[in-house]
Amino acid sequence: MSYHTLEELNKTAKDILEDLGDRISTLKNKERTAIPSQDMPVQDPFLRATNLEEVAIGYTAEQAIVEANRCLQCAKQTCVDHCPVNIAIPSFINHIAKGDFALACEVIKESSLLPAICGRVCPQEKQCQSNCMVGKALKDVDKSVAIGRLERFVADWERNNGIGKVPSVKPATGKKVAVVGSGPAGLVVAADCRREGHQVTVFEAFHKAGGVLRYGIPEFRLPNEIIDHEIENLKAMGVELKTNFVVGRTRKLTDLIDKDGYDAVFVGTGAGLPVFMGLEGENLVGVFSANEYLTRANLMMAYDKEHTDTPIYPSVNVAVLGGGNVAMDAARMAKRLGAENVYVVYRRTENEMPARNEEILHAKEEGIEFRFLQNPKRIVGNEASRVTGMECLRYELGEPDESGRRKPVEIKGSEFILNVDTVIVAIGNGSNPLISQTTANLSVNRRGNIVVDETQATSINKIFAGGDIVLGAATVILAMGEGRRAAASINKMLSEELAS
Amino acid sequence: MSQIIEKKQISSDVFLMRLEAPLIAEERQAGQFIILQVDENFGERIPLTIADASTKDGTITIIYQVVGKTTLALSQLEVGQEVEALVGPLGTPTHIHNYGKVVCVGGGIGVAPMHPIAQALKKAGNHVTIITGARNQDLLILQDEMKAIADEFIVCTDDGSVGRKCLVTEPLRELCANEATKPDMVIAIGPPIMMKFCSETTRPFGVFTQVSLNTIMVDGTGMCGGCRVNVGKEVKFVCVDGPEFDGHLVDFDNMIARLSSYKEIERTRYKCFVEKTINQKEAAL
Ligand SMILES: Cc1cc2nc3c(=O)[nH]c(=O)nc-3n(C[C@H](O)[C@H](O)[C@H](O)COP(=O)(O)OP(=O)(O)OC[C@H]3O[C@@H](n4cnc5c(N)ncnc54)[C@H](O)[C@@H]3O)c2cc1C
Ligand code: SF4
Ligand code: FES
Repeated sequence: MSYHTLEELNKTAKDILEDLGDRISTLKNKERTAIPSQDMPVQDPFLRATNLEEVAIGYTAEQAIVEANRCLQCAKQTCVDHCPVNIAIPSFINHIAKGDFALACEVIKESSLLPAICGRVCPQEKQCQSNCMVGKALKDVDKSVAIGRLERFVADWERNNGIGKVPSVKPATGKKVAVVGSGPAGLVVAADCRREGHQVTVFEAFHKAGGVLRYGIPEFRLPNEIIDHEIENLKAMGVELKTNFVVGRTRKLTDLIDKDGYDAVFVGTGAGLPVFMGLEGENLVGVFSANEYLTRANLMMAYDKEHTDTPIYPSVNVAVLGGGNVAMDAARMAKRLGAENVYVVYRRTENEMPARNEEILHAKEEGIEFRFLQNPKRIVGNEASRVTGMECLRYELGEPDESGRRKPVEIKGSEFILNVDTVIVAIGNGSNPLISQTTANLSVNRRGNIVVDETQATSINKIFAGGDIVLGAATVILAMGEGRRAAASINKMLSEELAS
Repeated sequence: MSQIIEKKQISSDVFLMRLEAPLIAEERQAGQFIILQVDENFGERIPLTIADASTKDGTITIIYQVVGKTTLALSQLEVGQEVEALVGPLGTPTHIHNYGKVVCVGGGIGVAPMHPIAQALKKAGNHVTIITGARNQDLLILQDEMKAIADEFIVCTDDGSVGRKCLVTEPLRELCANEATKPDMVIAIGPPIMMKFCSETTRPFGVFTQVSLNTIMVDGTGMCGGCRVNVGKEVKFVCVDGPEFDGHLVDFDNMIARLSSYKEIERTRYKCFVEKTINQKEAAL
């Protein structure tokens, strides 16, 4: 794909609008599907591989209007059914098509609290956009209406124009809600419970709020400014934020109720337990979990080598193990921190990669080298215990199994050494046991995830949970959805208490 | 934010600070540590053991040696100023019970984290022998405090400026070799190399030996795995599974290598910071 600047893309959109003129509101479906899908303006790949600024710049107003006019306003809203929080997608898109961005934003906010974030990080091609009729008609999911980009556009438009209102808060009820963890799940609970007039305190282990949005997902994909904006909104609503507070250590979970008088507690502590592969050499100097690598780079600002005190490993050749968003983020961050060669080593093929398509595409454009059908066998080091290479095995796709999927099988004797000084393990996260180990009677399943019922209630009275700590490493939108449901349950419980 | 209530220089480059932290003071147990940051935006997170705490005053005491940029910056803060971020208590508390005869070996700055542990072991009814060691007399800390706890007190210095002129492993070996004094448990805290050799000393005698590891850390809650060590056949996270482990199972060589991961970068940053400090002082004169 050749690179087009924002100006070029905007001009194309303007030309289309001019061409269609007044006819735009009365187009036939065929004409709408014929409107070309609007590309996301991005930073030049050569430049961006050396800076931390956001890669995707965002639609211009003209582009958004053109893209919104591709929507067919279907009667059967399959996109809505495939959005985990059922945003009224055709409705908000219709407002954009008419140029009413403020109303579009209001529609989204009825279902999703953090559209600027979801528009950027949701795996739309597996959710809403995978079931868009335009994409189906054109037999290409990449040609679906760009719902996520439109969502992001209106959220950014609102923020940049400073017209987003701080949600109103009902009169004080005298009830206190504790939220443990400030990731997307916790942030949503804080907002929804505060709106009902309850006093809300968010407890966060780190010195800054935001959860994975802050420490994991890099600036070039989700700028801190956006997270800051959401946190400031919460503070303006009167939510109290206590950072540097590890529930389970600084205070036991149940003590929040027993000693500190909270009437309800929400646990949204995320996944947060790095999984390693158990490879020989995995503890050598130069091997990192993606969590560690990204936390150093993002939260601890190691990318700002001039100012920060937190060091990051000086890498030249980096292997990243895994194929999800975490792996893409780690690989692209390593490149930005100065690595010359970054390899993503993945046992299967591109089709099986769980990462968002956009991230894979961006990674390729930035010169990340993908090594499919390869898997590490061991990591080798020198006498100073530093990584000097990684022995890999090649795989090939075998016969299809019952499900029709062709499983990778190793090719005997295909071992070779990949010349690397750094290995970043990004094969997933388990659930962090800190809370469950320090809380008696809290039910967790075999994988350590907190067990909840359909109201997000845990096995302990007044304690609710949601997000990755319940689902296992999942997505931002699912975490938010669970937070929504938990907040509704908490609000219901507290209002019943108030009524009795 | 934690206010500095008291600050004392207790040897040439070792400082004691009492910090306001009522919740940590209330919850902490022997063997636990905190993580602090001098500057929340750009500062690094460093783990320090809680040497003492007072629930009455709502304070905790930390003792640290100036070894890098953060500890140097910390040592430049004065009473009344604040440490921007302080989180804890972290780690699994020391398992305290009546073992019978215990030997506590504290090397250099390691005497500070040993203090609350020795105290708790004594309280649990153990016969406590304390061995403290340092390069020379000036580097020995908390001698009076340790002496007050000990049933038996042995001091070693490399140069013989006080106590015996030997390494801490020498009296440790003597105690193990004598059936009458053979300890039921040894706990060693100090430089990694000292803990390694203490473990090697007790191994042939089959004496259970615990060590308290101070690895590189980021979060301190088990999220990053930066603090991992090989313990026997398992990989453990020091910040949650530790900091104390069976010294006979710890892979000290790997741990020492991992501690040096960022040595070059740390050294230059420290040097730059020292130069900057000196320049500022000169400019102020
Ligand atoms: C690098 C990376 C990239 C990702 N990319 C995407 C993406 O593109 N799209 C997508 O949808 N999803 C993505 N995800 C997944 C997504 O970020 C998570 O599913 C989501 O953040 C989970 O939200 P949460 O609120 O449950 O927990 P988290 O975001 O994990 O937040 C939990 C918070 O709780 C705090 N905490 C933990 N324990 C305690 C305690 N004991 N006391 C106090 N606080 C505590 C943590 O410090 C943290 O701040 C990514 C994840 C990672 C790691
Ligand atoms: S929130 Fe995510 S799934 Fe829902 S419409 Fe937006 S992009 Fe699609
Ligand atoms: S310091 Fe991050 S897991 Fe221990």
